[in-house]
Amino acid sequence: MTEKIILAGFGGQGMMLLGKLLAQAAMADGKQVTYFPSYGTEVRGGTAVYHLIVSNEEIFSPIIEEADTLIVMNQPSYQKFKGMLKPNGLLLLNTSMIKVNNTPDATIYKVQATEIASKLGNVLVSNIVMLGAYLAIKKLFSADLILDQLQAMLKGKKGNLLAINKKALESGMQVIESA
Amino acid sequence: MKQLLTGNEAAAEAAIVAGCRYYYGYPITPQNELINYMSIRMPQVGGSFIQAESEIAAISMVHGSAAAGGRTMTSSSSPGISLKQEGISYLAGSELPCVIVNIQRGGPGLGDISASQADYFQAVKGGGHGDYHTIVLAPSSAQEMADLVYDAFDLADKYRNPVMILGDAQIGQLMEPVEFHKKLKKNLPQKTWSLTGAEGRKRNIIKSFYPVKGQLEEFNAHLQRKYKTIEEHEVRYEAVNIHKADVILVAYGTSARVCREVVKKSRRLEFRVGLIRPITLWPFPKEIIRKISEKVQCILTVEMSAGQMVEDVRLTAEGRCPVHFYGRTGGGVPTSSEVIKKIVEIVPDNRAANTLLHLAEVR
Amino acid sequence: MQSLYEKPNAFIDTATHFCPGCGHGIVLRLIAEIIDAWGIRGKTIGLAPVGCAVLAYNYLDIDMCEAAHGRPPAVATGIKRVHPDHIVFAYQGDGDLAAIGTAEIIHAANRGENITFIFVNNAIYGMTNGQMAPTTLLGQKTATTPAGRDMVNYGHPIRVCELLAVLGGSSYLERVSLSSPENIRKTKRAIEKGFKTQLEKKGFSLIEILSPCPIYWRMDANEAMKHIDEEMSKTFPLGVVKDWEHKN
Repeated sequence: MTEKIILAGFGGQGMMLLGKLLAQAAMADGKQVTYFPSYGTEVRGGTAVYHLIVSNEEIFSPIIEEADTLIVMNQPSYQKFKGMLKPNGLLLLNTSMIKVNNTPDATIYKVQATEIASKLGNVLVSNIVMLGAYLAIKKLFSADLILDQLQAMLKGKKGNLLAINKKALESGMQVIESA
Repeated sequence: MKQLLTGNEAAAEAAIVAGCRYYYGYPITPQNELINYMSIRMPQVGGSFIQAESEIAAISMVHGSAAAGGRTMTSSSSPGISLKQEGISYLAGSELPCVIVNIQRGGPGLGDISASQADYFQAVKGGGHGDYHTIVLAPSSAQEMADLVYDAFDLADKYRNPVMILGDAQIGQLMEPVEFHKKLKKNLPQKTWSLTGAEGRKRNIIKSFYPVKGQLEEFNAHLQRKYKTIEEHEVRYEAVNIHKADVILVAYGTSARVCREVVKKSRRLEFRVGLIRPITLWPFPKEIIRKISEKVQCILTVEMSAGQMVEDVRLTAEGRCPVHFYGRTGGGVPTSSEVIKKIVEIVPDNRAANTLLHLAEVR
Repeated sequence: MQSLYEKPNAFIDTATHFCPGCGHGIVLRLIAEIIDAWGIRGKTIGLAPVGCAVLAYNYLDIDMCEAAHGRPPAVATGIKRVHPDHIVFAYQGDGDLAAIGTAEIIHAANRGENITFIFVNNAIYGMTNGQMAPTTLLGQKTATTPAGRDMVNYGHPIRVCELLAVLGGSSYLERVSLSSPENIRKTKRAIEKGFKTQLEKKGFSLIEILSPCPIYWRMDANEAMKHIDEEMSKTFPLGVVKDWEHKN
């Protein structure tokens, strides 16, 4: 098993955290993992892209030439990275911020992540909604394993954020499961 | 316990584990995770952290702490390492142990902030003025970064010589599981030569100035003997699939990971591709490359530069087989398909080449 | 027979490499006298600069370290972090401290490094054959200001004590000279005060010493001493510029 995921959005949409949760879960699960951020000179805004590889075997190059999965949060990232997906790969789109005209050669799932997160009361958890959807599709890890990682990260002052993150994860999973 | 860390953080924590208590740095991308990490950890372990006014000041502070007998480190990226060259030459000339981390970025000049291996010459040929060498270690993963930084402190002390860790933006920022296998040695060897105040003993002087005619030549001869000992004892490399190989790739760090992927992809073929990954860039693994050059059809050196290490490979192969080069510059990282295409170009055996080309197409 | 004058133990018995009439030998001897009197040989570490005083370790029998040109403040910082209870001093000339090492001295002062700087200002680059120093007086002829230093092309002499006084981390700054036995005694007291500042952990101390360079001033030794009193002291007034014991 090797899963190569490219995560892209604009800086501030939480793609770093999304990938880190998956990477931490992979490590906890005893899998090999590489997680590579590739950022521009911008600190906020701009396009942030991350290469995440999870495998049962040793991973050599951490740079993905062709992705199994592409998770995108906004239109510019979609335009920029759609060519990186392998034929019939998984394309997970935040359709709150992306319009798709030509149907690409991919398995597409659409999630209104920004809207769902806003309704939950915090637009910042749109990344976790996407993560929930991804888990429901690929079933790489259990939701519990992800929640463990979240809990470890949201210690102390951030502890009160755990509840809304949990809701976001569940909402994302529901979008897929009820479709 | 494994932790998910960037190579930069792995380097910092490994230094702490190795007993480094004096860190001096100046912020520069893509090594910022390292200096940030040190600013948190050094006070926790009772060490010293200074954000220096410049790279020059940072390496000079390292000079001071090394002279005073402490385990000390600085880190930077290419433009900052250029500034440190003055200090590195003085450290080498004063025979002071220290560790310098270079998380290389694209150059020349301000360049960019993405991965590069264009500081090879600077690192392995001295870098500053005078006849000297730093020991240069090239990790290719976060785990190896941790292991090599730990060893770097021992090597530095053993030979009283600066050790450089030559990484790049990808090695520095790539997050991977890291485990700190090693425990701090409780009793580090006494540095009787260091500056501690000359209480009840003859004074110690740390210097690199030899104005009396003949003394400097004698000192240089001593340095060269030391370098020869290092070359004889400290070479490290990884060899993959080299037995009966037709083509050998030579690459280090990030490029080596790409080449390792190429080796994996070509495994099912009759045509054999192997890899030699130098872990010490100085001392350079000459013996294995010399041996292999007698047996293979050709060698292909892959770098993120316009061709630097390839010169050492050619000097070592001494014409026993053709030595080819594939490189990307300015932040470009070679892909495995690019390397495979290059192999196809250079390999004299057409049948094998065709098989490989097929492999490149299907990726 | 009563001995009135002895070589300090910390002062090495060797031939001097300094030129006739040079002030460095006086300053180094004063340091050696203090090390003897205070019994601090075993806990003192000195820094030698690049310039005429690079061979300071040929005269002082203590642990010493060389530094690259201008870097003694940074190297001393690294030493002091390892040995916070030792007396660490850096001996620097005007080119070392006020030209190539300006950044290092300003930031060492600004961090309030608990180190003593002995800054020998002779307004000239002696070792490289008499070029302009950052402290060269306006109108002064040097190898690189053959028509005399003019402010338009060469800028102004830098007043180091006054420059460092505005920084929060500097604690004791005094300018003294070697122009007379009385001034030499004052210089010794200033160095002692610098070491005391360190022992009491009061932070950064710097003693600027106006020192003669008869060779490159093109004067005899007496004229050079007179030049300090009559000319140099106008640009670089003697006295305490900042003192933690007397907030001014």
